[in-house]
Amino acid sequence: MTRLALLVDRVRVEEKLLIQELGRRPDLDVDVLAISDLVFDPLAPPVRNYDLVLNRTVSLSRGLAALDLFEAGGAVALNSRRVVARCGDKVRMSAALARAGVPQPELRVATSPAAALRALEELGYPAVLKPAVGSWGRLMARLRDRDAAEALFEHKATLGGPQHGVFYLQAYVDKPGRDLRAFVIGGETVCAIERRSEHWITNTARGAVTAGFPVDPDLDRISRAAARAVAGPDALIAVDLFESPDGYLVGEVNATMEFRNSIETTGVDLPARVVDHAVAVASRGIEARFGAGAAA
Amino acid sequence: MNCPECGAAVDVGDSPMVHEIVPCAECGAELEILSLDPLTVDLAPEVEEDWGE
Repeated sequence: MTRLALLVDRVRVEEKLLIQELGRRPDLDVDVLAISDLVFDPLAPPVRNYDLVLNRTVSLSRGLAALDLFEAGGAVALNSRRVVARCGDKVRMSAALARAGVPQPELRVATSPAAALRALEELGYPAVLKPAVGSWGRLMARLRDRDAAEALFEHKATLGGPQHGVFYLQAYVDKPGRDLRAFVIGGETVCAIERRSEHWITNTARGAVTAGFPVDPDLDRISRAAARAVAGPDALIAVDLFESPDGYLVGEVNATMEFRNSIETTGVDLPARVVDHAVAVASRGIEARFGAGAAA
Repeated sequence: MNCPECGAAVDVGDSPMVHEIVPCAECGAELEILSLDPLTVDLAPEVEEDWGE
């Protein structure tokens, strides 16, 4: 019997689909752990040894704290703390992509308004300011000129917390009304979607409409390369991509993939694929500890 | 069970779970199921800055 914990803070459509899928597997012993209900004692041995902790928390800081403690207790987490931390911070993510030579939009990072203005002169206008930590299209700004940048930076300095002292600036990519998202599970690009919107922000959380998108060889290659660069071979990753005249560019890499709008549109049972992969990773760990066949 | 925002009846579906997020069909508020027996809901926490994918 494989012991698996599903770590959640909010039970959304994705988590319910995963819980239903986990419940269909008779060889799994599953606990759904709500992070807000847990009390950790880092000095005590783990109450229960899980073969795998499948992380689905939407709060980055709370999720990282829990993963730190589970991993310190010897648990294998999917995605791991390292992967979640890298994907949760765009500076770390872009550094990992750059190290691996994965194409991404031209980028500058600065830590003061004055340096950020210089960075924008290098990038040219329009450019996009993104929060280093944040998601769902929140707090993104398209800067068309220096006046707008100065006003925005003043607002950030006045209203923002420490997170707003990091200026992550991306060259604006003139998208054809859509961006793309590829789902990479265990090193395989299992499907992709387009996210179409009349707004320049094409997150589904902001109302973009999805449709299936064919995984061509270039899309497959760059998606797998991005997942490998940021997360390694075992991860569950959603890669966001832009189409450009020079080919695909990786916009960002997500560690807690949302897939509610991507199952019918792609015909791929993503919850089942996620659970299949989680079971495979857990089984590998069991066999490493107890020998071949122990996970059967 | 009624929505704490608008008072409309809330449908939590056939298999509600603690911490599940359900929308109020009347006003669209995001509600979180706090307990099943008795069934209680409250307004779900507002999205925080570090939430996401």
